[in-house]
Amino acid sequence: MAVKEEQQFKELMAKGTSLGQVDEDIMRQNIRTQDLWVNMGPQHPSTHGVLRLILALQGERIVDTEIVIGYLHRGTEKLAEARTYHQIIPLTDRLDYLASPAMNFGYVLAVEKLAGIEVPERAEYIRVLMAELARISSHLLWLATHALDIGAMTVFLYCFREREMVLDLFEMATGGRLTTSYYRIGGVAHDLPEGFLDKVKEFCEIFPKRVQDYDDLLYSNRIWLSRTVNVAKISAEKGLALGLSGPSIRGSGVNWDLRRANPYSVYDKLDFEVAVFDGCDVYARYLVRRKEMLESCKIVKQCVEYLEKTEGPVMAKVPKVFKPPAGEVYFATEAPKGELGYYIVSDGSNKPYRLKIRTPSFANLIALPEMVKGQMVADVIAAIGSIDVVLGEVDR
Amino acid sequence: MAEEKKGQKEQQEQKPQVDFDKFPEVKKIKAKYPEAIEELDYFREQLTVRVKKDYIVKVAQLLKEDPELAYDYLEDIAGVHYPKREKPLEVVYHVYSVSRKTRVRLKVALAEGEEVESVCSVWPSANWFEREAYDMVGIVFSNHPDLRRILLPEDWEGHPLRKDYPLEGPPGYREKWLKEHLPYYNKL
Repeated sequence: MAVKEEQQFKELMAKGTSLGQVDEDIMRQNIRTQDLWVNMGPQHPSTHGVLRLILALQGERIVDTEIVIGYLHRGTEKLAEARTYHQIIPLTDRLDYLASPAMNFGYVLAVEKLAGIEVPERAEYIRVLMAELARISSHLLWLATHALDIGAMTVFLYCFREREMVLDLFEMATGGRLTTSYYRIGGVAHDLPEGFLDKVKEFCEIFPKRVQDYDDLLYSNRIWLSRTVNVAKISAEKGLALGLSGPSIRGSGVNWDLRRANPYSVYDKLDFEVAVFDGCDVYARYLVRRKEMLESCKIVKQCVEYLEKTEGPVMAKVPKVFKPPAGEVYFATEAPKGELGYYIVSDGSNKPYRLKIRTPSFANLIALPEMVKGQMVADVIAAIGSIDVVLGEVDR
Repeated sequence: MAEEKKGQKEQQEQKPQVDFDKFPEVKKIKAKYPEAIEELDYFREQLTVRVKKDYIVKVAQLLKEDPELAYDYLEDIAGVHYPKREKPLEVVYHVYSVSRKTRVRLKVALAEGEEVESVCSVWPSANWFEREAYDMVGIVFSNHPDLRRILLPEDWEGHPLRKDYPLEGPPGYREKWLKEHLPYYNKL
């Protein structure tokens, strides 16, 4: 190479070009593009935790992505094998710590299915109420951080204002704001406190108007549209093959919501619409979650109506030393991020023989490399936001 | 205790009554690969099909591609360790059909040192689930595109979700790790 460059240099000098011009010409002739490997994370703020991506770049386009996870691995499944069924509930809080009631919900339903426990109806409604509030708070945090990542700062402040209201409700009912541990096998820990339902009603009144506020900022905002429309596209077939579930796959036009498809708890008695949009891109996933917040609000209202009218026990008769029969169940629920499944193997003792947790974020993350292939580096951040991963859930 | 006994009784009573041929999954598998099914189980309205090791990819292909079954979504792959059994390792697949809204559980039992073929060719999402089963339980999948540890560091020894793996980690592991990674460990 050096010999060739020297020759070129001599030739150009002989032509009488200036020295600066010569340098530039040689550079133009000899420059080669090559893949550049960029490390993103695990401390990058837009990865929402400790996600590490290794991006192979061709210019600013992404040709390959490798995902490195495990920085938040706490061995929940191993810990669960050494704990009784009741003691595992607080562990499930720490999976998706942004929507802990939803995580508790899946677990207690799985155990109840295994043991064949009938839960009082009032308890079911309370559970659904809390799980839907958790969905709202999870989606609010998602919208806040997703918009902040893409550059819309104000939405962050607005969303956190409403999320604070939901967390206050959690605190009022359970004493905890994030890790609530409110659900029990066979019901909930205790009935809702006095005045709680009024506060929930107040929230349901305010919330749709607040969604209108977010819409004013985002819905047809030109910058928001150009950052999200046609970005990180994935088709329905590919999404399903790669394990996408929940709002992420509903953004690709697949009408699949486990609350409707395989109704559990009292979801078959509640009236709500499944949010499906077929844009396949980041914007469609935004529309899905936006609509889901409103639908959840509708469900919460129906639950409040029921709970105001009725009274009754909130706990089934479950023995303190709880030993479900030997056998195995897999129970899947629709968590805010997608399908949450608990696979419990019981050997008839008071501890599970094996507890496998299938978390939505883990499965959703598999599809990320496919989504961002050929996109710009800045779009990776939009794509990570659009599948809404929580690393506590990915690493368990 | 009473509940447990009742539960077991229920199970014993239920088992012989189930007519497995009413399930299209079972019927189709039996028709195409008559020797593939080892055992069938029905517990809490959930169907379990235990498949011979060599047939898993063929059965997976059938479940996915038959239009009447259409199991297009792989929900989960779990590895389970049963040290007392003759074949101590078990791979459990949960497969879901989005159009039919049904679920089936497939199982494969493996002896120590045996490999099972990867189902990545059928459901690409199996990639990470199989890596996790390898990482946690030590199940080796042949024909897997990239079988590495996923949640634990690359230099980790052992597979934590095996029953003989202590809850606190292997004895002396902490000290060993600190000695290797902390240059001034001996001066502490």
